Amino acid sequence: MKLFGHKPTTSAWFGLVVVTLFVCLALFTPWLAPYPESANIGGTWDEPSVKMLLGSDQIGRDMLTRIMYGSRMTIAVALAITSLSFLIGIVLGFLSAVVGGWVDVLLTRLVDVMLSIPGLIFALIILGVFGSSIPVLILTIAVLDSTRVFRLARALGMNLTVLEYVEAARLRGEGTWWIIRREILPNATAPLMSEFGLRFCFNFLFIAGLSFLGLGIQPPYADLGGMVRENAAAINFGMMAPIYPAATIALLTVSVNLVVDWLLSIEARPSGAQAEL
Amino acid sequence: MAKLIVNRLLLGILTLFAVSVLIFVCTEILPGDVASAVLGQGATPEALVIFRKELGLDVPSYLRYWNWLVGALHGNLGVAMTNKRLIVDEVMPRLGNTLFLAAYAALIAIPLAVGLGIYSAINEAKLADKLSNILTLIAISFPEFFIAYLLIIAFSVTLDWFPSLATVFPGMPFGDRVVQTTLPAITLTLLVAAHMLRMTRSSVLAVMSTPYIEMAFLKGAKRGRVIVQHALPNAAAPIITVIALNLAYLVVGVVVIEAVFVYPGLGQLMVDAVSKRDVPVIQACGLVFAMVFVSLNTLADILVILVNPRLRHKR
Repeated sequence: MKLFGHKPTTSAWFGLVVVTLFVCLALFTPWLAPYPESANIGGTWDEPSVKMLLGSDQIGRDMLTRIMYGSRMTIAVALAITSLSFLIGIVLGFLSAVVGGWVDVLLTRLVDVMLSIPGLIFALIILGVFGSSIPVLILTIAVLDSTRVFRLARALGMNLTVLEYVEAARLRGEGTWWIIRREILPNATAPLMSEFGLRFCFNFLFIAGLSFLGLGIQPPYADLGGMVRENAAAINFGMMAPIYPAATIALLTVSVNLVVDWLLSIEARPSGAQAEL
Repeated sequence: MAKLIVNRLLLGILTLFAVSVLIFVCTEILPGDVASAVLGQGATPEALVIFRKELGLDVPSYLRYWNWLVGALHGNLGVAMTNKRLIVDEVMPRLGNTLFLAAYAALIAIPLAVGLGIYSAINEAKLADKLSNILTLIAISFPEFFIAYLLIIAFSVTLDWFPSLATVFPGMPFGDRVVQTTLPAITLTLLVAAHMLRMTRSSVLAVMSTPYIEMAFLKGAKRGRVIVQHALPNAAAPIITVIALNLAYLVVGVVVIEAVFVYPGLGQLMVDAVSKRDVPVIQACGLVFAMVFVSLNTLADILVILVNPRLRHKR
């Protein structure tokens, strides 16, 4: 079977299948989960059994159910962040490349300063002042993440904006917005797509990390990073409870990365090349 | 070359200044102000007035920024809101702990990553290279705490070699400190080494595709010799940049690792301050982290200037 005109490698297949499973899981959680989201079924950290395949969490809720709802939440938030970050980054990046002049200088300098401190520290500063609610989280991380997208989009735009057909569109008298939408964007989709996968992974890990620190998505919402934190004490009794949600995060990010790795290896080859990997 | 280095140093200072403005502005430009954001909507007007005074919010913001900056330059980071202690006294020992952990991890990670990176570049597309590609990809995609818990289960629960909590205190013997921080250091190593390895490999391979390397091969030199003698001097610059970037990441990555191992570092202090919404402490920690980050990057750029063979001679 071929995808995008290429045959996926074994590892890419693994990634594709797992990602598809996660998407289905996130879409149909309420029908797939064995128990309601916050029902107390057993005791604290029950061993895995036929009734509860992964055991129970710190207050006796079914671990598998919580992981399903948690994945849904974390995936949704990470997707929202990445989409918003791409919207901001692409628009400003292309604008910077097409318009140039002081707009370009201003935006590039601002991004340089923002990138000169680590994103996590920046996010902590903002969350410390605003407090941690889901809209604040999404907006903060999206703005921070858009700096990376901005750099890529600007670089891509710079290469495209000097080409003849863009010049022709300009001479025809088309507006900046039209040029960005109709001339630049269609020719920059492929690299932006694999970047979307990478940024999604990064944001997924970022939000999980923040929730693990207790500063991300707050209870009563189930989310994977928060679940690791809540169940962390079990590790001192040699129980596996925090490992399950952490492994779920790892499984999804590894899978997305495998797909992206394959997409990048296609792009790296000259167009039309059909080399088998 | 000296001019380049001075320029880079000045740029570093300028960046730090810009960052300090940014940190300050982030805690200033809010809908409403810090006081109402922290105290919430239910705060009485009297409480708001008192709180604003306590934070010094009754003074114009540019003056406050000036006082804050001058204070920070004199080693006075202000007073914590929650426990009224001098922030410097809390930050300094914790910064020491964090840097100790980061240095420990760096000491293992750098030789390991650079060595293995060069090794897989030499064996490009062979089994070792493919294996390292997939293993590093996995290590990069794993969340920090997952690696940490796996290590705890293996080395602390099953084998009982190292403690699962890294307890350190002032005046602790160096040996004990090393044992206590081994697990967090290994976790950090795995995190940054994977990235460093990949970048080392790709920068060596990038140099390998240049004509002068082809020439060396045509002369009949062995692959290992070509890489070490011909390619490495020119691949050194990107490798140093990557190392610095990852060292800077180390200092930040510790935030989560410190939480897992309950290690009394700067990251823990900052996370605590964020959950208590203690703005002065957050600002101070942010500034210190930014300082470490910017200095490491500046240092790396200066090293790159120093090792670049093309900049050694005057034109």
